Order: sequence, then structure tokens, then C-alpha cells
Amino acid sequence: MIPGTFDYHRPTTVESAVALLMKLGEDARPLAGGHSLIPLMKTRLASPEHLVDLSAIEGLRRVEVEGNDVVIGAMTTQHSVITSTVLAELVPILRETALVIADPQIRYKGTIGGNCANGDPGNDMPALMQCLGASYQLTGADGNRLVPARDFYLGAYETALEPGEILTEIRIPVPPAGHGYGYEKLKRKVGDYATAAAAVVITMVSGTCTSASIGLTNVSETPLWAAEAAGILVGSTLDAATVDAAVAAAEAITNPASDMRGPSEYRTKMAGVMLRRALERARTRAIA
Amino acid sequence: MNEQVKIDIDRAERTEKLQGMGCKRKRVEDVRFTQGKGSYVDDLKLPGMLFGDFVRSPHAHARIVSIDTSRAKALPGVVAVLTAADLKPLGLHYMPTLAGDVQAVLADEKVLFQNQEVAFVIAEDRYIASDATELVEVVYEALPCIVDPFKAMLPDAPILREDIKDKMVGAHGPRKHPNHIFEWQIGDKQATDDVFARADVTIKEMLVDHRTHPSPLETCQSVASFDKVKGELTLWGTFQAPHVIRTVVSLISGLPEHKIHVIAPDIGGGFGNKVGAYAGYVCSVVGSIVLGVPVKWVEDRMENLSTTSFARDYHMTTELAATKDGKILGMRVHVLADHGAFDACADPSKWPAGFMNICTGSYDIPVAHLVVDGVYTNKASGGVAYRCSFRVTEAVFAIERAIEVLAQKLGMDAAELRMKNFIRAEQFPYHSALGWEYDSGDYHMAMQKAMDAIGYKALRAEQAEKREAFKRGETRELMGIGISFFTEIVGAGPAKNCDILGIAMFDSAEIRIHPTGSVIARMGTKSQGQGHETTYAQIIATELGIPADDIMIEEGNTDTAPYGLGTYGSRSTPVAGAATAVAARKIKAKAQMIAAHMLEVHEGDLEWDIDRFRVKGLPEKFKTMKEIAWSAYNAPPPNLEPGLEAVNYYEPPNMTYPFGAYFCVMDIDVDTGVAKTRRFYALDDCGTRINPMIIEGQVHGGLTEAFACAMGQEIRYDDMGNVMGASFMDFFLPTAVETPKWETDFTVTPSPHHPIGAKGVGESPHVGGVPCFSNAVNDAYAFLGAGHIQMPHDAWRLWQVGERLGLHG
Ligand SMILES: Cc1cc2nc3c(=O)[nH]c(=O)nc-3n(C[C@H](O)[C@H](O)[C@H](O)COP(=O)(O)OP(=O)(O)OC[C@H]3O[C@@H](n4cnc5c(N)ncnc54)[C@H](O)[C@@H]3O)c2cc1C
Repeated sequence: MIPGTFDYHRPTTVESAVALLMKLGEDARPLAGGHSLIPLMKTRLASPEHLVDLSAIEGLRRVEVEGNDVVIGAMTTQHSVITSTVLAELVPILRETALVIADPQIRYKGTIGGNCANGDPGNDMPALMQCLGASYQLTGADGNRLVPARDFYLGAYETALEPGEILTEIRIPVPPAGHGYGYEKLKRKVGDYATAAAAVVITMVSGTCTSASIGLTNVSETPLWAAEAAGILVGSTLDAATVDAAVAAAEAITNPASDMRGPSEYRTKMAGVMLRRALERARTRAIA
Repeated sequence: MNEQVKIDIDRAERTEKLQGMGCKRKRVEDVRFTQGKGSYVDDLKLPGMLFGDFVRSPHAHARIVSIDTSRAKALPGVVAVLTAADLKPLGLHYMPTLAGDVQAVLADEKVLFQNQEVAFVIAEDRYIASDATELVEVVYEALPCIVDPFKAMLPDAPILREDIKDKMVGAHGPRKHPNHIFEWQIGDKQATDDVFARADVTIKEMLVDHRTHPSPLETCQSVASFDKVKGELTLWGTFQAPHVIRTVVSLISGLPEHKIHVIAPDIGGGFGNKVGAYAGYVCSVVGSIVLGVPVKWVEDRMENLSTTSFARDYHMTTELAATKDGKILGMRVHVLADHGAFDACADPSKWPAGFMNICTGSYDIPVAHLVVDGVYTNKASGGVAYRCSFRVTEAVFAIERAIEVLAQKLGMDAAELRMKNFIRAEQFPYHSALGWEYDSGDYHMAMQKAMDAIGYKALRAEQAEKREAFKRGETRELMGIGISFFTEIVGAGPAKNCDILGIAMFDSAEIRIHPTGSVIARMGTKSQGQGHETTYAQIIATELGIPADDIMIEEGNTDTAPYGLGTYGSRSTPVAGAATAVAARKIKAKAQMIAAHMLEVHEGDLEWDIDRFRVKGLPEKFKTMKEIAWSAYNAPPPNLEPGLEAVNYYEPPNMTYPFGAYFCVMDIDVDTGVAKTRRFYALDDCGTRINPMIIEGQVHGGLTEAFACAMGQEIRYDDMGNVMGASFMDFFLPTAVETPKWETDFTVTPSPHHPIGAKGVGESPHVGGVPCFSNAVNDAYAFLGAGHIQMPHDAWRLWQVGERLGLHG
């Protein structure tokens, strides 16, 4: 529980942060809220020699609407996500999800950018971002590029971030007014990562599901976007047989590790149960 | 106002001012604890102090081929690196355990469990020490390991303890196998077997009380400071039994006992974890003796959970024999006890399986027979009493699960079966089949009060309806009703059968009244959060008529406190609490002589009245204890020495036997296996109640730990002997969110042999709580033919029960 030796840097601009990261190379890591990185350092599973703290950089905490998108600065804390009235109105599933992350103390420090950039399959935001069709703005020495969340996660702790790149903003297309949503998470206690969790966003017209998107948390090496399962729902009235088929399709793409939360087959089944429950809540919320 | 009313008001006011026994006095220690002003071992900073950290084994069982400390020693800031080779010449590479075995301080030739201590790095700060542990190069040759205790005594099992492999007689008799520690038998085997052969109905179930850990919030730690000039050692540490630690340190180190000063400052929870001696304590002492400067050792959470002790790991084949109308005739239990790599159980020395023979519980069972086999495995050693008297949680779990299994087989209501078999009030003092003398109880009354309070009948009716609804597919929830009626055995104990390494298990109090009537009292026990500073003062307040706020309680410094055996096994109130009352009464007797002199009457003319002696029939002629205190020093009667103080070393004539009736209502989501506790009602009878608020707090805490143990907390090992989940991410420590709401209640049956009738309560809720939760879970699935469901009842395991029963469609 004692970290190794490291140097600490506190740049005030994105450019200088990127420059530092480029210069220091592999031994440097960005530091956001520190609630994923510092535990890894204390158990010496990570031993970066340099920490580049992003917290003094202006402008990484904005939450604004731009056209059809909401844009969230990477350093926006999970607590701010919960208290933002804009987000509560336009993308309420963000708040529902943030509320089941860790505990209040951690959410005061932990950031949405850190949660998305971390690459731990246990993080809740990534599957939600996939469900919402969000994109990440990555800033590097050559400027900005936009990568869809659905393409960002390559493996456990492996992401599309190139050396020196920082995730600066998250861009989420605002779901249509009247959409139904639900984030259901099974966990052992407050402060626990998901045994399995499911994010669902649907739209209903006259009792028929006209669009659906599903993300699954912590049931594979990466977050999962369950496209096939969502596709099964579209065009149906969400009748029992259709829901069963969608749940089966979602379970089929999972590949969870066995851990203290339970054996693999349990966690797969829980992904199904969470999906069923999230979908049910989404249905009751959707204005058809 | 008439005269009598005035007198009554005056007496009530004087009583209230004392804040004595029975009053909900606020905990005085909380003033500092709630302001972050407690003073713990890790708060200690001494000039020149160094820090120690361990190199630990990644293997569960391996031969140590070589240890190279040169790179570590070369790191700037590293002062020394100790290995077994350094300790061997001092005879300190092994240390004696409380159970009559020896335990490696630093691994010698072999490691026997994962994370075992292999080398101790001492450096100028914690960070350097930690860096240097990574530079110690140890070459291991892995060996096959034993994780399953049932495989420990197979003929071809690898031999774990090569250091004692030829020693076929251990501390508790013959050993049947090199991995066998002891066999302990009690009861009448022949008579018990006969009853089983003839009984109408018998049940037999393997009940596992799984391995877990007491996990106090403060981990184990020590600071040793050796003064080479004076030849004196001061040792600060997380010690539940500081005096015993001093004696043990003296015996191991050869330092005379008066040159060792052991100090236990504030302790952040113990629950049995801080009774034993650990490698870290020894290494900090050796380090300080060798280097002549203070050495601090503080373990981290993973080290605490995976190395310094464990609890339970009892595999209990439990049998009951009964008539067909439900009268229990006999009990037979075989326990396979997994003690890990060394036998470091913290039991009174003559009791290798603790007080497991309380397993006949609250029932009048005519004959019983118990056999316990202890074995070595490649796991951490310990076997401490986790918030219970020695192995009492295990014993109560066995009988309280078994009686439910019997009820089911008989088709009888589980509460009714208990009522039918309870020891009756008129049978006390009751001699149990396995050798105990229960002091007092009224089980029927307590059970009836609990059943009425929870609305037992209505709950069973609701459950019957819910079961039907479940069968019809209208709900996916199962309702379980858990019952537990426990009898504990605490307050160890009488010298005839209780000692630790030969030291009889008395305890002590030394009370000194100052001339102005305020008091300091020093105790042989050591609070770890139990509120001793509050409650002992209340006993003295009532006994001596001095306000509790004028009484200071001190514990934990072996130089100033009288010798005592410490705090665990709910022994503080039964033993040291008794010593307090007896010492106070000695003072009171002297005070009466002084008062008589002051009032110029005979002693026999005086009577005690709350805070004063008054002349019988002349209530206006009195001397308060405060006035007497002044006279005691400044104008004592002729021929009486000045001063007003007393010491008592109390050796209890018997244990005390607290009991209680617990009920739990649980709803289980079949599809996820998540169990929700709807209600939990706990009726405790701990005899005389000293501070109802502290009792309630103890019950809340004990129930919370019981909830944790039953519902998910465990120390698990994989097949390779890797310890799993040794962090608070996985190790289930419930937060306020998960913890059920507790309803508490009580009856009062004083202990007839205790000076104030108190029995102890700190551990009852844990002991009674674990089986209550497990019974609720088992009861929920019983109608589906689930059979016994083993703990812990975490969600995935309950989901697996549903899967096995085909409940998931
Ligand atoms: C006890 C506990 C329980 C938790 N439970 C949950 C939970 O249930 N669900 C959940 O989702 N999370 C949980 N977390 C993690 C928490 O939400 C973290 O705050 C979050 O995962 C990371 O955010 P951070 O701001 O703390 O990032 P940090 O820990 O500072 O960084 C995490 C990683 O991302 C990198 N990084 C951070 N920001 C950027 C950026 N802008 N660009 C590029 N790389 C970046 C860092 O270099 C690091 O590798 C828990 C944490 C703890 C300690």
C-alpha cells in the first residue's frame, strides 16, 4: 500500500500537458481524480515515474450544449455530472449511472474523463457512452481527433489513446425527447464495481419500439455495445418473446471473468437480468 | 410538598448525578474519537525512528533455495535486512504460540502459506522500506500444497511442518499424521452412540463455518524502542492483552519483566485479531535491540487480512437424535478444524478447540459426544475468537442450524421445537452433558417475549401465502424467517480450567480515591472500542457514590495497571467488572469506619445511602464519600492507616452464560440471489445492564459483523493456495447502506455468582446473529427441498441454489 517514487507535474494548458507527456514518454501518466490510478500505484500494479496532473488546466470542466450534442469536459467530476441540471434534463441516464458509481467521496474527485479513459471494464461510464453513441475528443501533439466510444476500447486497460494523447471532451448526441432509459447495476455493496450492469436507451412510438441501444458493463475485457440484441427489439412491442431473444443475444456476447463477484456463468446471467430490468424501466419511462 | 416526596426527589437527584449503573451515560472516550484526537500506535513518532516492512512469499508452499539481500541493503536509506539466518543464533526464528505450537517469525527453509514473512527490511522511512522489499531476491522451489483440510491427513499428503515431523505427541496429545495437530474428545461416546442407535429420528449434516477474518479498522502495528544503556525495552502495540504480551516478550527475549514496558494506546478495534503475537511485533523488537533505535511496524490492509490470523474454518459434522414428537435425546459432533500452517489459536491453553463443548446450546440434551481434529494446511495461522468467546460462534452455529434441520425432518415448527427442548428456568444451575455449569437463565420467557414482539404467527402465515404465490409464479421473491436462540459462555475464567501459557485467567482493578473525592482506577483489561472508560466508572459510581465524571479509568500501560489477562471473550465485565466492584467494596468498608469516626457512632449504626453513610434513623446526620475521602487522608481514625484505595485480583468462580432470542425476516430475489433483510429483532439477556446505550451499540456492531459473516465475508483460497479477495473491495465489510435496521430488546437474569450480576454482552450479537441469518436463508429455500445451504450466503451462491433447484426457468 506504499507507492513507488514518482515526480509530479501540474501543467496549466492542454498543450503543455501533451508536450510533457510526449517528452516523458511511457513513464508518464495523466492524473485526473486519481481514484483508479492511485489505488493501482499503492498496490504497485502501476509505477509511473511521472504524474501529469490535469486539474489545473482551464476549460476541461465545461458542460455545454452544442447543436444536437452535449459536450462534457474530461475533468468534470462524477459529482458534477450528478448535480448538472442540463444533463439531468437532456441525458438523464448519465445521472442515474453516476449515482451508482463508487461512493460520494470518490465521486467528488473522480472525473468522467478518467472513468472513460481508464479502460477498466469495471468502469460504468464506458458502456453507457457506447449505448449513447458518444465520441471522445482526443488531443495530441497533432491536435484533436474524434473517436467513437464504440471503437475506443481494445482490451482491458487498452484503448485507442496514442502516447501523449489526452481525452479532453466527451460529445454525446442528445437522445430524442421522450426517450426511455435505464441503467441497472448489480453490485455487492456501495463502492463496488458491477457484477454486471446494463444501459438501455429506447424510443417508443404507439407501443412499438422504434430505436434501441444497449451497453453492458464488466462482463468482458471491454465494455460491450450489444448491437444485435438492440436490433432484435426494434420494431417489436417489447413482448416477452422478443425480450427473451434480445436477452439471449446480449448474454451470448459476454465473456466475464470468474472473480469474487461470482463465477463467469453467474455474471453472464446477471447481465441478462440487468438488461431485462433496465429495459423494463426504460419502457415505463418512454413516452410512447 | 410532604416530607417523603422531598426525600424521594433528593434521592433521585443524587442518584442521577452519579450517572451510575443502569444509566445511558454518553461514552466519555467519544469526545476524543469523534474529533480525530485518539492516539494510536501509528500516531507515535519518536526521534530516530526507523520503519520495517516485510518481504512476503508469493507461494503457498515452497522451499527457500536462497535469499539475496545485497541489492536491498545497497539502497540508500536501508539500515538492515533481517532473515531467518539472522534470527536463528538468537533462537528467535520461531516463537511459541498460545496453543503450544511454534510459529515461524521469518520463514526458515520453507514457506507454508502465501504472504508468509520471509525477510524484514528496516529503513529510514516507510517508502524506502517498501522499495527495498522489492529488491530482496528470494529463489523458491514450489511444493504441492494443501488447501482442502479434508486432504491434510491423506497418506500421500505432502508433509507441511518438517520442523516437527517426528514429534508424534503435540501439546494436546498424540498426532495421527504429520499434518495432524490434535484430537480433542469430550462426552460419553458409548452412551451417545447407544441413544443414536435407538432413536426414532436422527439427522446428520456437514455444517461449515467458513474461514473469515476479524478485520478491525486499525491493522496490527507496533513500535519497539530499546534503551541500550538502561537495558530496557518499551513496546507500544495493538495489544488486547498487554500484560500477557509483556510476559511472553520476557520469556522469549530473556529480558527481565520489569525492564519491559508494554503500552497499548487507543486501539481501533480488535475482535480477537489483536490477542496473539505476530512476526511484526517480534521483528520490530529485534530490530530495535540490534540497532538501538526505535523501529515501527505497521501492516497494511492486505497483510492484515491475509497474514495476521483468521477466524473459524470449522467443518462440523453435526448429528441430533430425537423422539418422533421432538424431544432431543443426544448430540454427536465431529469437527475438522483447519488451523493453517501453525497452531496459533488464541484459546485458553487447555482448550485446543476453545469452548466448542458449549455446542449443546440452550437445550436439555441428556448425552453428547464431541470430537475435534485439528490439521495443518497451507494457509495463514490463527483461529482467533472473532467477536466471540473461544469457538462459541462455531458451537452455536452447529446447534442452531442442526435444530432447524431436525425441525424440518420432524415437520415441526422450529420455534416450537426449541420451546420443547429448552433448559427450564428451575433447572439452573444446569449441568450440561459436555461439562459446563450454566449459571442462570429463563429461556422460555425470553423466547416467548421475542415471538410476541416479532409477531411470529403472523409472519409464518404471510410466508405460507408467499410460498403459494411463488409456486403460482406471481412473485420471484422467497421469504425466510430465521430464528436463533443462543447461550454463550464468556468471562474466562476460573483458574481450575482456564490459563494462558500457565497464567491463570483472573483480572484486576486498582481504585484510588484522591483527597478531594475524585478517582483514578486502573484495570488489567484493554478497551478496543468497548467503552471501558465509561462503564467501569459507572460501576464505581454506584458502588462508591462518586459521580462517574469524577472517575478516570486507565488501561493499557503495564507499568501502572495491575496485571490482567486483557479484553476478549467478553471477559471485561464478568472478570474485571467484578474486580472493580470488589475493590470498590473494600474501599467502602474502610470508608464506613472513617465515617463512623467522623460522626462519633458505631459502624453498625451507619447505613449506605447513594453517595453517603448516614446514621440509621437520623438521615440528617451523614458524611458524603467526598467528605470521607478528605478525612481518610487528613484525619483518619486512630490505628487506621491514611489513604483510601484498594486492589482486587478477581478469579471468577464460574463463567457467565448470556443468552438471547433473535429473529430475522428476509426476502430473497431468486433471479439475482440478492437477499434483503426486512427485519431483525434481537433480545439479549446479559444479566445486570450497566449502560443500556453501550449495550445497544455493542449489539448493533455485533449484529453487523454477524450479518457480514453470514452474508458474504470470507477469506478464500484457490487451489494453488493463493489468498483471494484480501482487500476491502472484495472482503465484505458492510457499509451503513447494506446494514439492516436493528430492533433490540432485553430480559434481565442476573448472574448469581457475579458481584453485580453482569454477564457481558459485546459478543452475544455476533454469536447469535450468524446462525439467525443463515437460518433465514435456509428457511427461505426449505420448502423447495434445498437441503442445507452453506455460508456465506452471497448473491452468486444463492443464485446457484436457485439454479440447482431449477428456479430460473
Ligand atoms: C473504492 C472505489 C470504488 C469504485 N467504484 C467504481 C464504480 O463502481 N464504477 C466506476 O465506474 N468506477 C469506480 N471507481 C473508479 C472511479 O470512478 C474513478 O474515479 C474513475 O475510474 C477514474 O477517474 P479519475 O478521474 O479518478 O481518474 P484517474 O484515476 O486519475 O485516472 C485513471 C486512468 O485514466 C488516465 N486518465 C485520466 N484522465 C485522463 C484523460 N483526460 N486523458 C487520458 N487519460 C486519462 C490516467 O492516466 C489513468 O491511467 C471506484 C474507485 C474506487 C477507489
